[in-house]
Amino acid sequence: MTFLFAGILGIYMAGMALPLCFPGRPRIQNAFAHGLAAAAGLVGIGLGLAGLFAPEPWTASAESTIPFLTFAIRIDPLASSFVLIISLAGLAVSLYALGYVREFYGRIPVGVLGSLYNGFLLSMTLVIVADNGFFFLIVWELMSLLSYFLVVTEHEKPEVRYAGLFYLIMTHVGTAFILVVFLIFFQQAGSFSFEAFRNPQHVLPEGMRTLAFLAALIGFGAKAGIVPLHVWLPYAHPAAPSHISALMSGVMIKTAIYALIRVYFDFFGGQFPWWWGFTVLIVGAVSALLGVMYALMERDLKSLLAFSSVENIGIILLGIGAGMTFQTYGLKEFAALGLVAALYHTVNHAMFKALLFLGAGSLLYATHTRNMEEYGGLLRRMPWTGLFFLIGAVSISALPPTSGFVGEWLVFQTLFLSFHVPTVLLKLILPVAAAMLALTGVLALACFAKAFGISFLALPRSSHARHAEEVPWSMRIGMGMLAAICLLLGLLPMVVVPMLDRVGTSFTGVSITDKVVALNGWALAPVNVEFSSLSSPAIALGLIGLSVLGLLLVAVFGGSAKARYYKTWGCGLNLSPRTEYTATGFVQPIKRVFSTIYQPTVKLETEFLEESHYFSKRRLFETHIEPVFQKYLYDPIVTFFSAMADRLRVIQAGSLHLYLTYIFLTLVALLLMAV
Amino acid sequence: MTLMMRAVLLVIAQIIVLLAVSPFIVGLIRKVKARLQLRRGASVFQPYADLAKLFRKQPVVSTTTTWIFTATPYIVFASTLAAGLLVPVFTSTIPLNFAGNIIALVYLFALGTFFLILAGLDAGSAFGGMGSSREAIVASLTEPAMIMSIFAIALTTGSTNLSTIVHKTALLEGIVTDPSPHLMALAALFIVALAETGRVPVDNPATHLELTMIHEAMALEYSGRYLALVEWAAGLKLLVFLTLIANIFAPWGIATNMEPTALGIGLAIYLMKVSGLAVLIGAVESMFAKLRLFRVTDFLGLAFILALLGMIFFYVLRG
Repeated sequence: MTFLFAGILGIYMAGMALPLCFPGRPRIQNAFAHGLAAAAGLVGIGLGLAGLFAPEPWTASAESTIPFLTFAIRIDPLASSFVLIISLAGLAVSLYALGYVREFYGRIPVGVLGSLYNGFLLSMTLVIVADNGFFFLIVWELMSLLSYFLVVTEHEKPEVRYAGLFYLIMTHVGTAFILVVFLIFFQQAGSFSFEAFRNPQHVLPEGMRTLAFLAALIGFGAKAGIVPLHVWLPYAHPAAPSHISALMSGVMIKTAIYALIRVYFDFFGGQFPWWWGFTVLIVGAVSALLGVMYALMERDLKSLLAFSSVENIGIILLGIGAGMTFQTYGLKEFAALGLVAALYHTVNHAMFKALLFLGAGSLLYATHTRNMEEYGGLLRRMPWTGLFFLIGAVSISALPPTSGFVGEWLVFQTLFLSFHVPTVLLKLILPVAAAMLALTGVLALACFAKAFGISFLALPRSSHARHAEEVPWSMRIGMGMLAAICLLLGLLPMVVVPMLDRVGTSFTGVSITDKVVALNGWALAPVNVEFSSLSSPAIALGLIGLSVLGLLLVAVFGGSAKARYYKTWGCGLNLSPRTEYTATGFVQPIKRVFSTIYQPTVKLETEFLEESHYFSKRRLFETHIEPVFQKYLYDPIVTFFSAMADRLRVIQAGSLHLYLTYIFLTLVALLLMAV
Repeated sequence: MTLMMRAVLLVIAQIIVLLAVSPFIVGLIRKVKARLQLRRGASVFQPYADLAKLFRKQPVVSTTTTWIFTATPYIVFASTLAAGLLVPVFTSTIPLNFAGNIIALVYLFALGTFFLILAGLDAGSAFGGMGSSREAIVASLTEPAMIMSIFAIALTTGSTNLSTIVHKTALLEGIVTDPSPHLMALAALFIVALAETGRVPVDNPATHLELTMIHEAMALEYSGRYLALVEWAAGLKLLVFLTLIANIFAPWGIATNMEPTALGIGLAIYLMKVSGLAVLIGAVESMFAKLRLFRVTDFLGLAFILALLGMIFFYVLRG
């Protein structure tokens, strides 16, 4: 373990330093930066696995000269599972980046980009393994800053700068709340070490506990992207280079999930009133539903994916919230099940969201646009990217037998077990949350059917799409690796569940592997086979077998006639991209049905010919959906702070003499106070 | 006969029954509608002839399409049939009970829907896109109602596995016998079945008018063997829903053991039950007009509320 950890640290450090040593040689910089990051990913996978199966958590620490700051490391099952996620995604994304970064040769300094990239991966890993509050805050801040620098890679574009600023502010608001959490614990424990935080002897007063709970939810929630703190995601994720977006959306926001589990289940020792779980559950359900609804309306593929991350964070929180609820009532097995379900979906989302962002990056690489309305017909031109994107889309839509399905199925089962909870309110709310999850699931299906269908099928909608070419090999390998993982996570839940169960066991004290993995690993059966069971290998085999049956039936009933190929009937007109359904048109019925949420506005201006009002010269059509949160929540806050700043400008006139006076007055005031 | 062999035989028997009965159900509904319109109508066995003819015909495939278009019929066929194998048909203990519960069934149908939506977009015509877009909204509105009704049923039987639900209900063992949650869930599931299988008042399977069609629009570009598979899968989906309703809410008569006579009686009673439901659907289709697309929301909202009430009743009645 020591060796592996030192290895990761060393390789990432080298990855930070070496690319900077070859200024003006982008090829070498690229090879060093991403090759080393991929190597570190491999070592990280080893570390994660070793940590997961180690009997005792591995710890190490180094003292510092700064009071309260210890560079303490602790790798327990929870940390290991997240190290594993970061490393797996890091490996695939690094391979992809080897090809993708060529796009930037000569435009931006690749060495700096590569160095920051390694630093970003390192800081995320350190966030996960940190065992000291002070240290955690430092690396957390480092992670936020490095990701900010990566977001503003293409800073010459004003919208990128705006996105960066938005992200920077949101993440710092979050950090402020996280600081509150740690200070509350510090005040009671007298130390920043996590060991002291989780010591059950320091019982926080009731008010402080509540405050810490809420501050953690807001602080980490801002990073995770829960509604209504999600607004930065659709700005920051599309603005960053695609391999960075894949890491941010797939992995970075998961560090917040890690931290939430750490605080609630570890620091609080799983002791909380019922309304905590309830709150997390509601936040999860609302985030899931609103996230996918806004994702549906997006035409920018990367914004769509960013909103979909909000949705998936919501689904993860549904699992955590249900687990917390069960924990409150002492139903430890169900609590462990909730944690396993949440973690399963966390792993899944990291993989398929990274895959989809890489896919979006490939489309951007090939067509130089993010607008879906300019794609179309790309499956013919980019068959591999298309196939991998389809696997990602099927997974994220939770369709059997892929990974997303198993994860969501476990969340469903956890929610269905609510009838064991003694409170009637919760008995009713949990199934309603399940219904919301069902709605979320189908809307996600619609969303990704749109994303894939409009981008990859039918006729090309622009010359960009007509001239697109398949991306280089290294990018395909990166995507292919993630696609394979998505399929494996769906087919092998009997391998994954016991691994995640070690995390659940470390907090709830009960192991559910024996209860969940049934029939020699062929089926998952939370509680017992009588209540519910699922065998994704059997479903996969069944689907293959029955497809073959379909082929057989075709052969038997004489369908041997060779297909004739002919153009699609266009009602007597020639089919053109203008007659195709667009992304906007596809979701129009949904926009109309849920108009309460979207509050769409449509503007139609027609300019008629002077001679006749039956012929129009020009038509202008505009449609928008209301950015509710921005308009009613953020804009007032921003206006308020701007107004405050305007007022304060009076005392900040730019005169040096005035400032010296302020310093003098402050000094006098402090001296007076000291006396 | 070993246990394994018996299981395999049962699965094969179930596949054969589902495949063989589904065109009959489609034909029966058409016949009922024809009789109610004072037409004589085609024979109830006409759909078999249609399928046989379609299988032999040369398919025309659009040059704009990709492999998605040709793979979709097989995926839809396989996923629908796989869903059918999770449902007890003529015997309450099915060998594939372990493979998936009712959530798996819902998501297997969703798999078919997803690929049909893609296939609708693939040919590049506006019709297909229109069908896909409408299918997306109808599917999103039905699924929550379906999950809620499932949960109401799961509560009364303490299981989400279909075979367990049916078995327990058939024997009236270990279930809550109060009828109100069941009735609410039944009504909800019936509405869901109408919507999911593209029947009036949500969709009209007998039309090719662009204003009204949903499923037919998605499948518009299909011909020959591909169309045969898509149509057969649509019939299967209808049959699976009818089977669900018949066996969850009135499983009596289903074989609860492996005696040959019990199996025979189970099969006969099953055919009577699904035929009865098919007649009911035919009658409903004749009595109601198709709803405007944006009125469908209210109709499916009703299903959701009914299922929710079923769940609330369950808790209220038991204190």
